[in-house]
Amino acid sequence: MSEKVEIRWHGRGGQGTVTAAKVLADACLSGGRHVQAFPEYGPERAGAPLRAFNRISDKTIRMHCPVLNPSIVGIVDATLIDAIDVTGGALDDAVFVVNSSKDAAEIRKKLGVKDTQKVFAVDASKIAIESFGRAMPNSPMLGAIVKATGIVEMDVLLEDVKKSFGKKFSQKIIDGNLEAVNRGYGEVHEG
Amino acid sequence: MAKMVAITGNEAVANAFRQINPDVCAAYPITPATDLMQRFAGYVADGEVDTELVLVESEHSAMSACIGAAAAGGRVATATSSQGLALMWELLHIASGDCLPIVMPVVNRALSAPLNIHGDHSDAMYCRDTGWIQLWSENAQEAYDNAIMAFRIAEHMDIRLPVMVNMDGFIISHSIETMEFLDDKKVKDFVGEFKAVNPLLDLDNPKSYGPLILTDYYHEYKRLQHETMGRVKDVVISVSKEYAKLSGRSYDLFDSYRLDDAEIAIVVLGSAAGTAKDVIDEYRDKGIKAGLMRPRLFRPYPYLEVADALKHLKAVCVLDRSDSFGGYGPVFMEVSSALYQLGGGPKLFNKIYGLGGRDFMPSQVEEVLNELGEIASGSPIKLVKDYLGVRE
Repeated sequence: MSEKVEIRWHGRGGQGTVTAAKVLADACLSGGRHVQAFPEYGPERAGAPLRAFNRISDKTIRMHCPVLNPSIVGIVDATLIDAIDVTGGALDDAVFVVNSSKDAAEIRKKLGVKDTQKVFAVDASKIAIESFGRAMPNSPMLGAIVKATGIVEMDVLLEDVKKSFGKKFSQKIIDGNLEAVNRGYGEVHEG
Repeated sequence: MAKMVAITGNEAVANAFRQINPDVCAAYPITPATDLMQRFAGYVADGEVDTELVLVESEHSAMSACIGAAAAGGRVATATSSQGLALMWELLHIASGDCLPIVMPVVNRALSAPLNIHGDHSDAMYCRDTGWIQLWSENAQEAYDNAIMAFRIAEHMDIRLPVMVNMDGFIISHSIETMEFLDDKKVKDFVGEFKAVNPLLDLDNPKSYGPLILTDYYHEYKRLQHETMGRVKDVVISVSKEYAKLSGRSYDLFDSYRLDDAEIAIVVLGSAAGTAKDVIDEYRDKGIKAGLMRPRLFRPYPYLEVADALKHLKAVCVLDRSDSFGGYGPVFMEVSSALYQLGGGPKLFNKIYGLGGRDFMPSQVEEVLNELGEIASGSPIKLVKDYLGVRE
């Protein structure tokens, strides 16, 4: 893993995108790394497009502004690909992880990314519905991103999901989310 | 061993309050400070502190209750933002005029109209002449550290003055970043027992607060306030030194970044300084001698020290995240006043940036550094005050 990783998340209000960024930051804290997680605060409405960001670095992070050149882009809602510029500023070796039931090769074509950039797809919404009964794609997206990028160890992430969700939810929901993270990790594929 | 955590600025300062356990907090919610006091209210509800939390009906009442509690002889804290601070304004003068060591984090936010909840420095800047000490923080770590030190500074027997601890709304208050907490015991020991001075609740020795003083002594009273402010600098330095021993983190009156051998420099408050430092490093790699000053103590303003730290520079740009319409930015006015006394210091200009939470991006720092380079090489200053990142 390189010295500094910058992540941009694209989601819609109500999908747990901001929570995903927070959980990922907490998980990456292990091993003494420095982290940031912050959303772009706008009018907070369910369904409205939103962006959230992570920075993960071996050194102290001083930068306090949105990520412009992400090395990882998490697209939690594939309808955003038509609505906003989700590829803008991404590094030449950026990894895109998209929540979609479509094949990753098809998503790659749709995104129109460079040959040097990688595209992964995972049907995170379906996994979420099957695992805990709600179309909350954030947990499977986390598993998929860990598989696609190796940004943090899977057991560390699972531990953190348990901790973060444990504050608010019942054991059933926590178990469902852990299953969803594992399935996202297992079912993500490259195109 | 201090523990590394990933946490928001509001959580960090709420935790400092938990560790300090003030006697009284009176508060009214306002974005983005709401979350700070909400978390602290959670500690109160869980019995982790025995603070008397007074949930009042407005910020005017919040500061009034704080003044009453502080005069009664308690250690008192609150927090606010924007319109909330504006509503407190008349009481702010009473807190400082009555020498009440209240500590108040201000989660900096723009002022209406138009309505805007995002971060800029207008709220605290428009209260700079209320007689409160102002500390400014770059990140969540410093907001936490300043909040702890603020109690020691406010309660110092040489001054006894209220302190505002500023942090950027949302950018720091709501963003998660890495920082470390000190152990509870270390914080408690550092802050120590509260010593009341002239408490109203000492019923055997009745006192009077807020008397009428007319033409006879009001003038002298105000000069005394100025003289007291003159002693703050030394208190801040000594408390900061003691805190450095405890935490390993050193703070000064201002943060000097690559300034000693610099030819050009930016002066900027708060979280923007971090972004600027990264760009300054890139310019240094290209051989451009750039540096930065980030004010920490803004009231009282350390004019002599600032002048001394900037005097060798060829050109300086002061960035302000608040404005004075028809005037220069508030930080610029102070730097300008400090440098004028040198009788020929660096060339100086002012950029207003980031109002109402407008993002402050590395490209804006580059723009400023490039202009500084041109001006340092002899180009004239086009506009003394201009706006950065503004849409035409």
